[in-house]
Amino acid sequence: MPIEKRIALKNIGKYKSSSIDEYLKIGGYKSVKIALKTVPHNIINTIIDSKLRGRGGAGFPTGLKEKYTKEADSSSGHKYIICNADEGEPGTFKDRIIMEKDPHVLLEGMIIAAYAIGATKGYIYIRGEYTDSIHMLRTAITQAKNKGFLGKNILNTKFNLEIKIKLGAGSYLCGEELTLLESLEGKRGYPRIKPPFPAEKGLFGEPTLVNNVETFSHIPYIIEHGTENYKLIGTEDSPGTKIFTISGDVNKPGYYETAMGATLRELIYDFAGGIKNNGKFKAAILGGAAGTFVDKSVLDTPMAFDTLKEKGAVLGSGAIMVMSEDRPIFDMLLSILEFFKHESCGKCVPCRIGTSQLVLLMENAKKDSSNKKKILNQLLFEAEYMAKTSLCPLGQSPILPIKSLKQYFENQF
Amino acid sequence: MDKDEILNRFEPQQDNLLNILHELQNNNPNNFLPTEDLKLVAKYLNTSYSAVYGVVKYYTMFSLKPRGKYVIRLCKSPVCHMIDTNIVLQEIKNNIDIGLGETTNDLLFSVESSECLGRCAEAPVMMVNEKIHKELDSIKISNVLDSIKLNEQNK
Repeated sequence: MPIEKRIALKNIGKYKSSSIDEYLKIGGYKSVKIALKTVPHNIINTIIDSKLRGRGGAGFPTGLKEKYTKEADSSSGHKYIICNADEGEPGTFKDRIIMEKDPHVLLEGMIIAAYAIGATKGYIYIRGEYTDSIHMLRTAITQAKNKGFLGKNILNTKFNLEIKIKLGAGSYLCGEELTLLESLEGKRGYPRIKPPFPAEKGLFGEPTLVNNVETFSHIPYIIEHGTENYKLIGTEDSPGTKIFTISGDVNKPGYYETAMGATLRELIYDFAGGIKNNGKFKAAILGGAAGTFVDKSVLDTPMAFDTLKEKGAVLGSGAIMVMSEDRPIFDMLLSILEFFKHESCGKCVPCRIGTSQLVLLMENAKKDSSNKKKILNQLLFEAEYMAKTSLCPLGQSPILPIKSLKQYFENQF
Repeated sequence: MDKDEILNRFEPQQDNLLNILHELQNNNPNNFLPTEDLKLVAKYLNTSYSAVYGVVKYYTMFSLKPRGKYVIRLCKSPVCHMIDTNIVLQEIKNNIDIGLGETTNDLLFSVESSECLGRCAEAPVMMVNEKIHKELDSIKISNVLDSIKLNEQNK
């Protein structure tokens, strides 16, 4: 039976998350001490060499983001580092676990990355509903400051870094990195046109590195254990581990961190204890609402960015929502499309009209089931149009569940 | 807490707007942001009333209307939906006789829906102000609501 391999979650349960003293006793902040004795340029090369990819969903190489931000010119002399903790993708709760149970590993990762790119100001943008995470991180920041890991002249070097908490207020879209910047500046959560990317023009128009909570939490391990050790874990294209959050019709729903490339079957049957009430597996939605339906033919595909892509699926945030035999696929898609309709910000027309149109089509299909096949094709047509013309990932996402539903469950629509 | 006291805890910069609004709303006995608060914030940040209003309207956690002392947020994510949020809504209705978007006459409870609250392994869930209640069934819901009501009566 496969076992969990923990990197981002390596300290969970090993110390009381409200106590930095306990964290220091188990070797906490060791990676910061190593990093601050290294030339920033070498840290970036280490991260590039580790092939660490963003764990928020898009899977962009983290080292390259750092490199671009480091190389970009800043007019004010400031560069920013931001942790995207606006976890809102349905079915996803990995970042919450890190923030509640190991806030210091996140701070460590941010401190190292800030030092590497030359940022002196940092923000953690957390969704307002995550009250426990907010309290925990506020405590952790104060403690880290008191111990000299944050503030001026960190560990008696010339490096200064201040980290502040910024709260979201109930908008899924603000988890998209450019929209997050708008919200962080105190505005409505409307997406920005890209390029420019945050590395060039981010917060307040200055070079900014934005990474997900889980991504930052890999950095201390890489610095401490080296890239060779890190690359021994996972697949060649996606080294390291991934936290999967498994929910729905399984016996042991929860969070499981394992090497990239574990199969869906291992995750559902070995880790999550199989289907509830001895039921049969019907479908899983991988990656959240902006994710894909898969059927049992994908159970033995390695779960990594590129392998899933070949199957028309996505890894996304690592969410796995499991449906047993008796669950109607149609209802699930409707729930997802209603979600997009509610969360569309209305700035661009294709998404504003499109998300409503998709729900309307579903309602029509519900009323007149003889028309369903035609309607599925219409949904696909609309969603493709939206994917091509929408401004940001929200309007570009409904195509994912719709297309994969057609691929795997057309006869059950 | 005094409103000026709250404002003075923040630098008067636009990027503090959301944090300020949260603090003001959390300190309001009816969990909302009255017009006078929006004007106060606009003045403090040296911005327009409409800019502040626009932000408040955009974010679903902020309310311009008085709400109950306890705001119930019901998770309607696909997972909670699949496990069954209708039972939760029905039980709330049975207990305090209000539905989504409504507030009780005594201004004790409001019920709202929320996007995924990130507790999918423990679905269905709801939040009551800052506290999460998970793996809900009829008994758990009435226990939560009854204990709040009892607490308030004894105050």
